[in-house]
Amino acid sequence: MERPGIAAPRVSLRSLDVLWFQVGGTLCNLACTHCFVSCSPTNHTHELMSLAEVRRYLDEAVRLGVREYYFTGGEPFLNPEMEAILSATLDVGPATVLTNGLLLDPARCARLKALADASDYSLDLRVSIDGYDAGSNDPIRGEGTFDRILGGIRNLAAAGLNPVITVTEVCREAAADSGKEKFFALLRAIGIERPRLKILPVFRIGAEAERGGAYESWQRLREGDAPVDGWDHLQCSACRMATGQGVWVCPILVNEPSAKMGETLADALGSFPLDHAACWTCHVYGVSCRT
Amino acid sequence: MSNPKLTAHRGLATWGEKLVPLAAFREAVAGAGSPLTAEARAAALRSFTAGSADPTPVEGPFNRIAVFGGVYNNHLALARLLEDAARRGAEAVYCLGDLGGFGPNPEKVRPLLAQGGVLAIQGNYEESLASGREDCNCGYTDPRDNHFAEISYRYTERNCSPELKAWMGTLPKRRRVRLGDRELLLVHGSPRRVNEFLFRSTSPVPFLEVLLDQNRCDAILCTHTGLHWHRHLPSGRDAVNVGVIGRPANDGDVHVWYTMLEARDEGLGVELVPLSYDHQALAAEMRREGLPEEFVATILTGWWTTCLEILPARERAASRS
Repeated sequence: MERPGIAAPRVSLRSLDVLWFQVGGTLCNLACTHCFVSCSPTNHTHELMSLAEVRRYLDEAVRLGVREYYFTGGEPFLNPEMEAILSATLDVGPATVLTNGLLLDPARCARLKALADASDYSLDLRVSIDGYDAGSNDPIRGEGTFDRILGGIRNLAAAGLNPVITVTEVCREAAADSGKEKFFALLRAIGIERPRLKILPVFRIGAEAERGGAYESWQRLREGDAPVDGWDHLQCSACRMATGQGVWVCPILVNEPSAKMGETLADALGSFPLDHAACWTCHVYGVSCRT
Repeated sequence: MSNPKLTAHRGLATWGEKLVPLAAFREAVAGAGSPLTAEARAAALRSFTAGSADPTPVEGPFNRIAVFGGVYNNHLALARLLEDAARRGAEAVYCLGDLGGFGPNPEKVRPLLAQGGVLAIQGNYEESLASGREDCNCGYTDPRDNHFAEISYRYTERNCSPELKAWMGTLPKRRRVRLGDRELLLVHGSPRRVNEFLFRSTSPVPFLEVLLDQNRCDAILCTHTGLHWHRHLPSGRDAVNVGVIGRPANDGDVHVWYTMLEARDEGLGVELVPLSYDHQALAAEMRREGLPEEFVATILTGWWTTCLEILPARERAASRS
């Protein structure tokens, strides 16, 4: 990743609005071919986070005035403490969970609804799917997953939770209005009157580098690339990522030791250089991982 | 379908695109970053949330004021508000911006503001109209929200005189007001950005406390979301979204909302006030102006039909669809 002679621009943290948790580590019950963190049932690069670890960061986050909390992995609901973690989080702020939807049985959905109702703050769920039929989704996410994901979405809807459906641009049509309309139709067909959809570009790292190809060497940001109004469109100007092994700059670069900033949030309030190829995607596509 | 990735990581870690022994990743990570000493951490936390001086002059002092936002061209509600606020003994009336959008005939608002002696700040609408922006800069992210926002903006933009737009550009971006012993900061979206949405369910107490510390005030008054709320904070300070008088609050009632604030011995008195007006007449005028039937339906039913996608989960669950 070294680029001799080319300096990367640095982004300051203007406020810590969003705190992410790699709460499911890199462990997942799926092994999607486009996963930029290469999660799988055997990937222990990052382990599950415990409630105690999460609490330590929440205590610090409260002092910093964090606005929202996001949980990802891996699959967060593989974490046996996940619901206790959500309950603790919803005491201090709104929470969003990014899930593959496979572990959303009716009983869990009912418990999640109860957690949402008990809090003053929003609880939101985001379910990933990568096609509007098994033929397009399953080669990416695994055989039989399309039906199981839809089952999870149905269970959430039945419990009174309307999730955001997240689709990556691996599904080529998703970025166009016609493609979005197909997803809306799919969701309406299972009874979601007002579907919610978020489209994300792919990051050409991790498993996706093998599937779709890695970044080209020119896909890098350099000093002078800063837009006139600064880097406020980048989520690293207002977020950090907490893991079981310390604090990283953002949710994308958790498999890069060089993107670790320290052990506590206080260690990670400084600026960070945009020297990774994935930073190019965030800038060019205007990506924010938050909803 | 066999997937070699299911077992690929036994004993290995993913370091970027490479697979390395887990121990190698752990070792690299253990020394990474710039951990501070305990003392430096405490200092970093303090300085990150420290307040800064604000040269905005402080107006007042008053004992009782009325504050509203989001007129959205609803001149009928504005006329009623001025009567209602006077009846309740408001010594000053403040408007937090977004005079245009949604409703009919933007030129009807300005004379009412002048007549009522209303002290206003710029919302994103005023900023956009005064600077000739192509859009309202509402801050929506969904194409369905943006579609209707664009119709609103184009209508208002077309029907505002150059004089009105220029006047909007002369309004301050924020005001500070003394109410009894409290200092209130008046902004449109948030103290940080004109188009930041402060919804109740995504403006947690710790966030608001830090925002108040940073802005050195006893209360923040904002609008922009269209939904009113009040949080009295553990520190004894307050955050209030004063609501909007341009359209109802997505609760099935046709009235709109503004806020009365009062200096009390025990602190700030905050009353969120429902305001009725001739909504049938407004709907008829909107139809005469050819505004979308979706907007008219909101005025007549009290339920939003547009700009719903920006709502957080909790506010969304409370809406009709």
